[in-house]
Amino acid sequence: MSLTKLVERLVQLVPVLLGVSVIVFLMMAMTPGDPVQIMIGDQNVSAAQEAQLRHDLGLDRPAYERLALFIGHAATGNFGESFYYKRPVAQVIAERLPATIELSVVALLIALMTAIPLGVLAAVKKNSVLDKLATVGSLLGVSLPGFWFGILLLMLFAVQLHILPVSGRMGFATSIKPITGFLLIDTLLRGDPAAFLDALKHILLPAITLGLPMTAVLMRVTRTSMLEVLRQDYITFAEAKGLSRTRILIRHALKNALIPTVSVAAIETGSLLGGNMIVETVFGWPGLGRLVVDSIFVRDYPLVQAAVLLYAVTYVLLNFVADILYTFLNPRVKL
Amino acid sequence: MTAPLPGYLLEVAGLRTAFHTRAGAVRAVDGVDVIVRRGECLGVVGESGSGKSVTFASVMGLIRPPGQIEAGTVRFDGQDLRTLSPRQMRAIRGRDIAMTMQDALTALNPALTVGEQISEVLEAHDEGLPRRGPARRRAITDRAVEMLRLVGIPSPTERLRQYPHEFSGGMRQRMMIAIALSSRPKLLIADEPTTALDVTIQAQVLELIADIRAKLGMSVVLITHDLAVVAEHCDRVMVMYAGEVVEEGPTQAVIGDPRHPYTKGLLASIPRPALRGEKIHPITGQVPELINLPEQCRFHSRCPEAGLGCLARIHMQSSGPGRKARCIRLHDGGEAHG
Repeated sequence: MSLTKLVERLVQLVPVLLGVSVIVFLMMAMTPGDPVQIMIGDQNVSAAQEAQLRHDLGLDRPAYERLALFIGHAATGNFGESFYYKRPVAQVIAERLPATIELSVVALLIALMTAIPLGVLAAVKKNSVLDKLATVGSLLGVSLPGFWFGILLLMLFAVQLHILPVSGRMGFATSIKPITGFLLIDTLLRGDPAAFLDALKHILLPAITLGLPMTAVLMRVTRTSMLEVLRQDYITFAEAKGLSRTRILIRHALKNALIPTVSVAAIETGSLLGGNMIVETVFGWPGLGRLVVDSIFVRDYPLVQAAVLLYAVTYVLLNFVADILYTFLNPRVKL
Repeated sequence: MTAPLPGYLLEVAGLRTAFHTRAGAVRAVDGVDVIVRRGECLGVVGESGSGKSVTFASVMGLIRPPGQIEAGTVRFDGQDLRTLSPRQMRAIRGRDIAMTMQDALTALNPALTVGEQISEVLEAHDEGLPRRGPARRRAITDRAVEMLRLVGIPSPTERLRQYPHEFSGGMRQRMMIAIALSSRPKLLIADEPTTALDVTIQAQVLELIADIRAKLGMSVVLITHDLAVVAEHCDRVMVMYAGEVVEEGPTQAVIGDPRHPYTKGLLASIPRPALRGEKIHPITGQVPELINLPEQCRFHSRCPEAGLGCLARIHMQSSGPGRKARCIRLHDGGEAHG
C-alpha cells in the first residue's frame, strides 16, 4: 500500500470526526438536566455562586460558541477539564482505557478462537447435529441482550457455583503495581502467577458476555463463506491433486473463506465498544464504558464528548485495519 | 499419434454413478465401461450432461454427496481403486492420475501463489525429494521451475511468486497443466481443456498436451465435445449419450464410418468448409431427463432410424474390428430384432 493512500485515508477521517463532534455536542446539549444543578445537588448555594460556577464551566455562553470552542480545542488535542473529576479529560480517559482495551481484546480473542473453528466445522459437517446446535447457539448469541446474559453467567458461576468472582478486575487481596495498565500482562511481568490467575478469573465472564454476539455473527459468516468456497472448482482441483483433507480445508478453503470474516470481525470489534458500556456496568469493570455511562448521568459534557470522539476514531481506524487485512488475504485487491 | 503400449492402464467396468435429488435418482453414469491403454489417448465425446465428466470424476473418487458411485469396478494399473481407503486413494490422485479442469481461472486458487499450488503437489507425492530443510525447498522450487518451463511459461522463476489473476487465460491453462503433470502421472484426464480458450490458444494447449504425452509416455483421456479435436489428437474415441457409451473404437474408423445414429448426427452437425452453403443438420429434440429412464434405447426419441425394437434394453455389440456400438440395427438393413 502506498503512502499517498494512507494519507488519503487519514484525511477522510477529518469530516467523520467533525460530524461526530457536532452530533455528540448537540445530543448532550439537548439532553434534559443541567450539570450545574447536578453538581450543586442538595447543597445550599446562592444564586451568585451558582452563576459563578456556571461561568467557570463556560456554560453561560451560547451553545454555538461552546461548540466552536470545543472543536477548536479538540483540534489541538485539548479536551478540557472534566466537570466531575476536576482533572484534564485526557488524563481521566487514559487511566480507564487499559481496562477497556484489555477486556475488548480478550473478548475478541475468545470470539475468534471459538467462531472460526465452529464455523468451519459447521460448514464441513453441514446439516449434522453439530451444525444445527451451532445454528441455534448463534441465534441465541445474537439475540440475548448482554446485560441479561451477563447476569445469568454471574448467577451461575459466581453466586451458585462460587468459582468465579462477581465484579472488578482483581480481588481485594491482590494488588499489582501497574506497568502497562493491562493486568494480564503486568502480573506476568511482575512474575506473580497467582495474581495473573486472579485477573484471568475476573476477566473471563465479562469477556465472554462481551464477545458472545460477535462470536455468533462471526460463526455464521465463517460457515456461510466456507460453504460457498467449498463448492468452488479450486477445491475439487485441490482434491484431484491428492492433498490431505486438512490442507484443503485450511490452506485452500479457509484462506478464501476468511476474507469476509475479517471484514465483519473488524466492524464487529467496533460494536464491542458499545457492548463495553453495558458489560462494564454489569460486571463493575473500571473501564471507559462505565466511565462514559457515569459521566452521562452527571452530565459531564467534556468527558462524554471526548470519549465518544475516541470511539469514533477507533471505529474508523478498525475499518481501515480491515481494509489492510483484506488486501493481505485477497491478492486480487490492492488498496 | 504414438503407438499404444501393450496392456490396459485403466479398465472401468459397469460403472454406475447417481445423484440423489428430491425428484429422484439422476443416473448420470449408467453402466459405463472404459478402457485406456498405456500411452494411448482416448477421446471422450458427448454433449453436456452425457456423463463424460462424471465418469472420470468417479474414476478419481471425486464424487461428493448427493452423488454416489453405486456399482462397477475401476481397475487402474492393477489395483481396484474402489476398494482403496481414502488415504490410499489420495496417494494415487495427483501422483498417478492427474486431472485438469475446464476453466483454469476457477480451478486455480485465487488466494495462493502459483508456486505454492505447484509445490504442494510435489510435497504431497514426491518421495524422491530430500527429507527436509533448505535442500528440500530448493529441490521443490527447481522442479516447479522445470515444470513451468516444460509447459512453455516464460521467466518461470519470477512467475512462481505470482497469483493466478496475474496470468493470461492461455498461461493459466498451461499453469494448470503444469500443476497436473508435476508429479509425472501415468494418466492425465483433461476435462474440456480448450473450451474456455480462444481458437489459437486452443491449438497451442492441445499441442502442448500431445507433446508432453510423447515425452512422458503417459496416457491421456481427452474429454471434449469437439470431434475435430478428437480426430486430430486421439487414438480411440468413446461417444457418450445420456449416461451410456453409445459407440467406441479407433478414431479414424468411428469418425470415417460412424455406426450409431447419434455419432452420425454429431458428425452431420459439424459445419465444414467443403459443404459451404449447405444446411447444417442439427440433432433434433433434447437429451432425455436422467430420472426414471425406462429400459430402452435412450436415443430412440431423437433417432431418425428408430423402430419398435428400440424399446427394449440395448447392449453394446461389435460393429467392426476393435469397435462397438449400442444400436439394435447394426447388423440389419433396418429390421429390428432383439
